[in-house]
Amino acid sequence: MLTLQCPYCGVMAEETELHAGGEAHLTRYGPGSEDQDFESYLFKRENPKGVHFERWRHVNGCGKWFHAARCTVTLEVFGTYPAQTTEPPQDIKDTITAKRPGWSLRNLT
Amino acid sequence: MKRYSAFAIAREALRNHTGWDRAWRKAQPKNRYDVVIIGAGGHGLATAYYLGKNFGITNVAVLEKGWLGGGNTGRNTTIIRSNYLQDPSAAIYEKSRSLYETLSQDLNYNIMFSPRGVMMLAQTQHEVRGYLRTAHANALQGVKTEFIPPKRVKEICPIINLDGPRYPVLGALWQDRAGTARHDAVAWGYARACSDMGMDIIQKCEVTGIRQEGGTVKGVTTTKGDIDCEKLGIVVAGHSGVLADMAGFRLPIESVALQALVSEPIKPVMDCVVMANTVHGYMSQSDKGEMVIGGGADGYNNYTQRGSFHHVEETVRALVETFPMISRLKMLRWWGGIVDMTGDRSPILSKTPLENCFINCGWGTGGFKAIPGSGWGFAELMAKGHSPLTEEFALTRFREGKFIDESVAAGVAH
Ligand SMILES: Cc1cc2nc3c(=O)[nH]c(=O)nc-3n(C[C@H](O)[C@H](O)[C@H](O)COP(=O)(O)OP(=O)(O)OC[C@H]3O[C@@H](n4cnc5c(N)ncnc54)[C@H](O)[C@@H]3O)c2cc1C
Ligand SMILES: [Zn+2]
Repeated sequence: MLTLQCPYCGVMAEETELHAGGEAHLTRYGPGSEDQDFESYLFKRENPKGVHFERWRHVNGCGKWFHAARCTVTLEVFGTYPAQTTEPPQDIKDTITAKRPGWSLRNLT
Repeated sequence: MKRYSAFAIAREALRNHTGWDRAWRKAQPKNRYDVVIIGAGGHGLATAYYLGKNFGITNVAVLEKGWLGGGNTGRNTTIIRSNYLQDPSAAIYEKSRSLYETLSQDLNYNIMFSPRGVMMLAQTQHEVRGYLRTAHANALQGVKTEFIPPKRVKEICPIINLDGPRYPVLGALWQDRAGTARHDAVAWGYARACSDMGMDIIQKCEVTGIRQEGGTVKGVTTTKGDIDCEKLGIVVAGHSGVLADMAGFRLPIESVALQALVSEPIKPVMDCVVMANTVHGYMSQSDKGEMVIGGGADGYNNYTQRGSFHHVEETVRALVETFPMISRLKMLRWWGGIVDMTGDRSPILSKTPLENCFINCGWGTGGFKAIPGSGWGFAELMAKGHSPLTEEFALTRFREGKFIDESVAAGVAH
């Protein structure tokens, strides 16, 4: 079972305690934006086979939304971090680089 | 190709089965084909078959990174039905269901189509209204379904507990010519027929790159060398995002695990398929006697084709009120497949930003039932550039907001 540490309350939460919220760091286009941008915000996804940044909610716990960096092939968790950021923090990126040499942050827009 | 028949079985029985040929030729890739299909799941193979059968295009290769049918085609719970809500869905799923009726004869391969009937239980007032609406829509679409009362439900499936207490059975949407088929046989039957038309089915051949020039595909790079083609079809289900990345575009798709499990084999207790969408579970009984059970898809992106233990508990817990007898069963095996979920839970059969490259994906949790119809329509799209069956399933619908919203109507694994 997948376990993630909630960065707010510190609990190691099993996936049954959490709710998955999809890809993180999307650019949220609003009314008046180009069709293409709106489509990419609503539907287009990186869906990588490898490093993935994603949103989770600690539903059966403190209730907070947070972010996780995870490998979709091995299910290895690189780390979790608070949701109030538009990009993964440097220490998470460093952890990933150490474990997946040559890895690069994809275009997150 | 030698035809399979009762006579052939008798003949082989008398000579220790020494006369059976390989069902399909083992092939090495040529340098060039008219059409290359990536992915030898049911949809890829059916596409190749109808390219040959309906359009005479037989210089075709189907490339498979693993073994034939080793993706979702060999991992699903084999439910076949066509009782969808939206017209474009009804058209392609009913085409598919009707092709299944005679597929064993068409392919000369027993795919064990069993139209045993599929029942979708209504366990809330909301579901009753939803299924009444679907039954009316189906009547207009020419898809034979009916809404049946609890008494009929119990007659058709005596092991159901109608009374709840949490979710009493209030009726069901019943399609009597829906059912199941043998999943591997569907892949094997199409492969054999394709091979017989001279097509190459190449296993252990992974596509690692898509070579292009000025917006046109020239060919693919594979673990068995470069292969050129006039037209390319990408039909790789859970790996669609990976192939789209190679081709240079993004898809409205996320890949997640869908799991299923089977119990120990028992005597026949159930001769139909029952789906309980409110609690997220469904069940049928295989010919071997195992209860085949499935539930909802996992919530997070995943490329590991594995099951997880807590999922067994979740799914069985969902079903045990309606089927009290399963609390006494031992569960034998569970597994997962990677399904390709689109934003509106409907498939994509479409042209792509690349000139001669087509994609068939997004079948998600429910594409086994669609294999013949999807192959039929996608072959037409690839051969002629358009098909009435696939028109509404274009990639552009996400930009235009012309969704085929089945997630509301059928947002459950099946
Ligand atoms: C547990 C489970 C239960 C299901 N139950 C049902 C059901 O009851 N009814 C129903 O209708 N549907 C069901 N489905 C859905 C159904 O299985 C799929 O929609 C359908 O099988 C998809 O077929 P496909 O040919 O598109 O994909 P697949 O069968 O997955 O074939 C795609 C192939 O592409 C290959 N491939 C990937 N990348 C490459 C590459 N780079 N190079 C070469 N080859 C590549 C893969 O190895 C794979 O063999 C279920 C699915 C699962 C997982
Ligand atoms: Zn918490």
